[in-house]
Amino acid sequence: MKIDNLLYKESEWLKGTGPKANTVISSRIRLARNVDGYNFFTTASPETKRKIFDDIQAAVKKCKTLKGASLLSMKEITELDRQFLVERHLMSLEHVAEPESKGLVLDDKEVVSIMINEEDHLRIQVLQSGFNLTEAWRIIDAIDNDLAERLRFAFSPRYGFLTACPTNTGTGLRGSVMLHLPALAMTNQLNSVFQAISKLGLTIRGLYGEGTEATGEFYQISNQVTLGYSETDLIDNIEKIISRIIGRENTTRASLLSKNKEEITDKVWRAMGTLRSARIITSNETITLLSTIRLGIDLAIIKEPDVKVLNELFILMQPAHLQKLEGKALSPQERDVKRAALIREKLKS
Amino acid sequence: MMCDICNKREATVHLTEIINDKVTKMHLCEACAKEKGEEMETHFGISDLLQGLADFGVPHEVKGKKNLKCAACGFMFSDFQKIGRLGCPKCYDSFAPQLVPLLKRIHGSDRHMGKLALKMEKGKQQPSRVQELQELKIKLQEAIAGEAFEEAVVIRDKIRQLENSLGQREDNENR
Repeated sequence: MKIDNLLYKESEWLKGTGPKANTVISSRIRLARNVDGYNFFTTASPETKRKIFDDIQAAVKKCKTLKGASLLSMKEITELDRQFLVERHLMSLEHVAEPESKGLVLDDKEVVSIMINEEDHLRIQVLQSGFNLTEAWRIIDAIDNDLAERLRFAFSPRYGFLTACPTNTGTGLRGSVMLHLPALAMTNQLNSVFQAISKLGLTIRGLYGEGTEATGEFYQISNQVTLGYSETDLIDNIEKIISRIIGRENTTRASLLSKNKEEITDKVWRAMGTLRSARIITSNETITLLSTIRLGIDLAIIKEPDVKVLNELFILMQPAHLQKLEGKALSPQERDVKRAALIREKLKS
Repeated sequence: MMCDICNKREATVHLTEIINDKVTKMHLCEACAKEKGEEMETHFGISDLLQGLADFGVPHEVKGKKNLKCAACGFMFSDFQKIGRLGCPKCYDSFAPQLVPLLKRIHGSDRHMGKLALKMEKGKQQPSRVQELQELKIKLQEAIAGEAFEEAVVIRDKIRQLENSLGQREDNENR
């Protein structure tokens, strides 16, 4: 696979077509698995890491569910390319450093990605557009079974799938939903929502996962608990709680519109004005303004652009994407100029 | 318990800091813990908090044991306390007395209820036996909780029998 081809391609999960696409950007499930008989990645010797890589590569090639998927070796691609894959949510930031024996399996729709030799030997991920954990589970369960026919996973009847960190033991399943919650943020309801969530075994993170800040009122909510429940129960729990949050966000949006129509309309058009006129813009400011535009579209304050265009901008305006579009390394200042130009081009009225 | 920094929100993160050999314990809410985490310029994931959790609920006689080592990979339990990651799958058995309370603390449970590893199922009809073992273990917990001790003894013996036969099988498969 040529990584550059992805640049001009629309990822499946960015189409903005899935269920509840007005509040939910994407749904993701990942499974952590390790191959039995080897040390976990952190303590494995370089030879062991290579063996694990080879075992997994051989298994992946035989999997029907992964037919047509490409396997990228991290050390054979540039650091910019690795950064680019992180920005597309296809792998973690942790996977960028020390590329030796690390790999990524990727299908051409960018629905399935498998990190090889991350914290666990395998991190299988399935991404879906909108609120659709059930479909993500259906896909990932089949891939997991397919792989399990060819690899013997580290498993204990008592503890389930054994992972390097005990926070993932059992199902090894993390389901996350990326939500856009501007109305709850504007009305200062987020804190109480987050407090309630933590009591229900869920956790909240920023746009790019663990340790990142929330920007533009985008939040990732996922399960913290992985042991003691079945996979479907875990997913069911996330879905039920998130449905309530979505409901609350939507009613708050409606009441904001009826009570503060002028203010919101003004805010949306100002955001549009800035994005259409700016000559220099940081990624943080872009995310904040795109967030406002997104709300404006949902509340029918503006009709254009299409959510697809917004989603595309979210991805393209990131540092590695801008540099790949430009075909050369750019300083942060140069990126801010390039970003502003790209946005003006995409939002031309 | 209220947060030590803002004193407004419920403390959900419990942090142990060692500065100049002096141990200080902090009880923080999520928001202040996040700020504190940024201050320390580390990324502040749950695994980083494991050190504080790793001793939770561990019986004293076990706590006192220094230099605990995994027989399979040689990984030290003290290293787990430092990096929050285990050495190999067998570490789960080697450090069971330490890990079981930790798993309960993290997940509220120490028993897998999800899908089974397929490769085990296909090899020598283990699925039903593994499943059976899991069910028996749950029954045992229930019997103990309901103080039905005679029943519990019967279940315990069944579990031992089954575990023995499964253990032999695993050994055979592992060669």
